[in-house]
Amino acid sequence: MSPLASAASALCAADLSRAEIEDFLFAEAALLDEWRLDEWLALFTEDATYSVPSTDAPDADPSDTLFLIADDAARLRSRVEQLLGKTTWSENPRARTRRLLANVRIRKTDAARAWVTANFVVYRMRSNQVATYVGRYEYELLRRSSGLRIQHRRAILDLESLRDVGKISFIL
Amino acid sequence: MGIRNSYIDDDAENGLFRVQRGAFLDPEVLEAERARIFDRCWLYLGHESEVALPGDFRTRELAARRIVFVRGKDGVVRALLNSCTHRGAEVCRERGGNANSFQCFYHGWTFANDGRLIGVPGEEAYSGGFSREKLRLREAPRLESYRGFFFVSFDANVAPLREYLAGALEYLDLVADQSELGMEIVGGTQSYAINANWKLLVENSYDGYHAQIAHTRYLKYLAGTGAFGAPAGQRWDRARELGNGHAVVEYTAPWGRPIAHWVPSFGDALAPEIGEIRAKLEARLGADRAHRIATTSRNLGIFPNLVINDIMAITVRTFHPLAPGRMNVEAWSLAPRGEAVEHRRHRLENFLTFLGPGGFATPDDIEALESCHRGYATTPEEWNDISRDTGTPEPPITGELQMRAFWRHWQDRITPNVSSLAEARRVAAR
Repeated sequence: MSPLASAASALCAADLSRAEIEDFLFAEAALLDEWRLDEWLALFTEDATYSVPSTDAPDADPSDTLFLIADDAARLRSRVEQLLGKTTWSENPRARTRRLLANVRIRKTDAARAWVTANFVVYRMRSNQVATYVGRYEYELLRRSSGLRIQHRRAILDLESLRDVGKISFIL
Repeated sequence: MGIRNSYIDDDAENGLFRVQRGAFLDPEVLEAERARIFDRCWLYLGHESEVALPGDFRTRELAARRIVFVRGKDGVVRALLNSCTHRGAEVCRERGGNANSFQCFYHGWTFANDGRLIGVPGEEAYSGGFSREKLRLREAPRLESYRGFFFVSFDANVAPLREYLAGALEYLDLVADQSELGMEIVGGTQSYAINANWKLLVENSYDGYHAQIAHTRYLKYLAGTGAFGAPAGQRWDRARELGNGHAVVEYTAPWGRPIAHWVPSFGDALAPEIGEIRAKLEARLGADRAHRIATTSRNLGIFPNLVINDIMAITVRTFHPLAPGRMNVEAWSLAPRGEAVEHRRHRLENFLTFLGPGGFATPDDIEALESCHRGYATTPEEWNDISRDTGTPEPPITGELQMRAFWRHWQDRITPNVSSLAEARRVAAR
């Protein structure tokens, strides 16, 4: 093995680092806030899921419990297309959003995969109202040669209901 | 300003029906609605499956009251008012669970799950007139159920539930008949709020006219999944008045139905099972009724604030005004008990494509309703027009008969000193 290849293979074999993971999450958040949803979608694997549980069943499984959002890859792709289209009236005109991620915790990691949680506050501004979404993300990340990819992304709200925010018309 | 004599202009001669926008805006109207509608009608409380076992309870908020919906250890379902008979604190502050008793944390009075007062710390300090029996938890004056759907009324003299539900009974049957094992509420509540008048959600829930425009993106999504395989056989497209302000639209829709219309997006693996469900329905209910249950979608409005939409899945939705321009909404998924695991998963996925505050349709409805309400504030003296298909004997779902049925009954109840519908219309015509 050439010295270069062996260095690369050593690098690949190293666990995913905190810096690598945080950079990825912060970049992902920026893509969402900037409505660059096509680029955001490209961060997902072909079998990805995106889900938001109902506020009274935060630990549930979408196969037997009603969620707010439980997208497989096809529905997620459609969601993005719809949001980028002109007839998603709830986001046309688009809301401004700003998301703050903190308390990033790497729960488990190996060379190929990481299970990560992060706290979030997401503000959505529209019609002179501010809706504040508070909760935590759960990520299952994969390392590909082209970079990190998201296989599972769950946004678990701490809100007791959606009374104060009304709806989740954008990507949380 | 005071309440108007009439908020509707029911001009049969010219085929026009209009609603004055003050009906959505005026605080006096909401006051009248609380007294004459929410304190007088039957209101949906919950489904029997939510309190299946003795001790099971759910706390609910309706008509500005907090209720503990509970099955006592005697097996009887009750609607207990969530306020200690001592000094008024709530005796239950949980969303739901199972409990033998409810203890008020303020002074420790304890009530059994059937409402009896069973514990009073330092009871010896009370004199002879003190009676545990008189101090049991209060209940909603009336509680009745029809095929698993529990309703309360705060009017002790309200007509029996079945009489009140009138023509809506037929449509509740079409839901309840879907399983011989009974139906159940699936875990997980969609609990949200809309900054719009509650009656806007009544209208929206069975408005067939807005779908092509407001839900363009959903219909495109459906087409993309290959769902546009309209079921074979008789086509349905009708709106019906069901009496007492209830109404329904019943139609053949392009989406798949877990019971029991297969579409490609369900996947080939599910096709045989859907066929089997259909065959069982036919064997149990006959071909015609099975066909109707399996292939028609039905958006049912039960006056004043219960919506049961049996569409790409079944949602049970109820809502209560907090102010003229704000309502709380609770929505659940109703499904056949004992449904196969994989089938249940598809049902829930199908539900979420359209329904709920994160679906591909409901957020746009919420936006529309809030936009209407803001528009009314700009033009409070104007009238809404809901005259579509006034001249059509059997109006389609894109007509507005269903809304007119609601508004006529609403007006009948709301107008002071006008007892009959005919008289209300004479007042309106003046």
